[in-house]
Amino acid sequence: MKEISTEKIIETVKNLCIEAACNLPQDVEELIKKHQASEESEFGKYIFEQMIENIEYARKENQAMCQDTGVAVVYLEVGQDVHIVGGSLVDAVNEGVRQGYTEGYLRKSVVDDPVFDRKNTGDNTPAVIHTEIVPGDQLKITVVPKGAGSENMGALKMLKPAEGLAGVKEFIIKTVTEAGGNPCPPIIVGVGIGGTMEKATMLAKKALTRKAGEHHPDPRYKELEAELLKEINRLSIGPQGLGGRVTALAVHIETYPTHIATLPVAVNLNCHAARHQEAIL
Amino acid sequence: MANVKKITTPLSDADIKNLRAGDRVSISGVIYTGRDAAHKNLVNAVKAGEPLPVDFKDQIIFYVGPTPAKPGKPIGSCGPTTSGRMDSYAPVLLELGLKGMIGKGPRSKEVIEAMRKHGAVYFAAIGGAGAVIARSVKKSEIVAYPELGPEAVYRLEVEDFPCIVAIDAEGNNLYETGVEKYRIS
Repeated sequence: MKEISTEKIIETVKNLCIEAACNLPQDVEELIKKHQASEESEFGKYIFEQMIENIEYARKENQAMCQDTGVAVVYLEVGQDVHIVGGSLVDAVNEGVRQGYTEGYLRKSVVDDPVFDRKNTGDNTPAVIHTEIVPGDQLKITVVPKGAGSENMGALKMLKPAEGLAGVKEFIIKTVTEAGGNPCPPIIVGVGIGGTMEKATMLAKKALTRKAGEHHPDPRYKELEAELLKEINRLSIGPQGLGGRVTALAVHIETYPTHIATLPVAVNLNCHAARHQEAIL
Repeated sequence: MANVKKITTPLSDADIKNLRAGDRVSISGVIYTGRDAAHKNLVNAVKAGEPLPVDFKDQIIFYVGPTPAKPGKPIGSCGPTTSGRMDSYAPVLLELGLKGMIGKGPRSKEVIEAMRKHGAVYFAAIGGAGAVIARSVKKSEIVAYPELGPEAVYRLEVEDFPCIVAIDAEGNNLYETGVEKYRIS
């Protein structure tokens, strides 16, 4: 049984929050640069240049690359042979978020009640925490600051099995089309197919943390990812929705077995600032 | 790409007439921030017949909630937020003489109609480029609703703030014409 202290968890989450907001992962930056050459629109080219300059400047200055430093979505993969000592795991994660968003000069964007008060909690807590128990004696922490501009454009549909592949494609394309310029294109499209209502949405969000350039292991889904990316980039929404060739940078599909009577499909969009950082304790 | 037109706030009717969808502009002068919660407060005040904390006549509102300023800097990262969330409020402020809005993403028919009626322009800034945009902000201070934190109304002094005219006062709309131009049939 390995012991991991809450003190260590607080420190790690704090650093991940700051790192995620200020330092875009290299693979995402490379993905953006890879697509830059395909853009034909003058505004699109200008926007790509600004995006890349912004990534480099934010990294150099250790400043948030986008003012929407998001709600902190925190994935915890807790090894079943790990013993957390020193207090509550959830409290430790929230304390890390509190310290990271304060010390990193990140925006506090969380309101306490969604409908009635909508009062800012002042420290970006609580985080949205997803915990999974896995084999082993490690704790993997992934912090995904999720901005609302792209989050608001996500959607879920419970399809009938008879709607099949055509229904899945149609729903994904429809969701991206309706999102238009709102989610800060070029976007990364996270898709969750299967499971239940909540499982599909979880898969769609998790898909956004996949390393850029990686594909679904099943060649049929890999092909579907490529086909959808091509279709989406034919929509000509373009960078920031002002028209152009590059609307999406990647389509990431995650799947799970499902019930005989259903075919859930969830789409979670991410802006080009597809921020996430992870650490293993 | 079009030459960059330099404009200074407050905006005149002549400034507005000179701006066309697809123009690149560089804005200098004073602009005000405001997003969801501030708009709700402002519009509630108008409906209640109360005075507004800022006179928006001939001014520009920038839809943004900045990150906190680091020591020695006037502001943190400050890129535009999605404008569509302000669509239900914007016509009220346009009626009071607001001349410009800076944000990202398309606007509703009602907002575009109010822009045509009152002579106003919608500028797009680049979403997700908040760190470089902050370099054109020289000074910032909160002028209303400090309790809203990042959603407070700030008075910003900007120099060469880069934008694109996305929708002009005649209703020409780059979100439609730009996409149409690159459509693959």
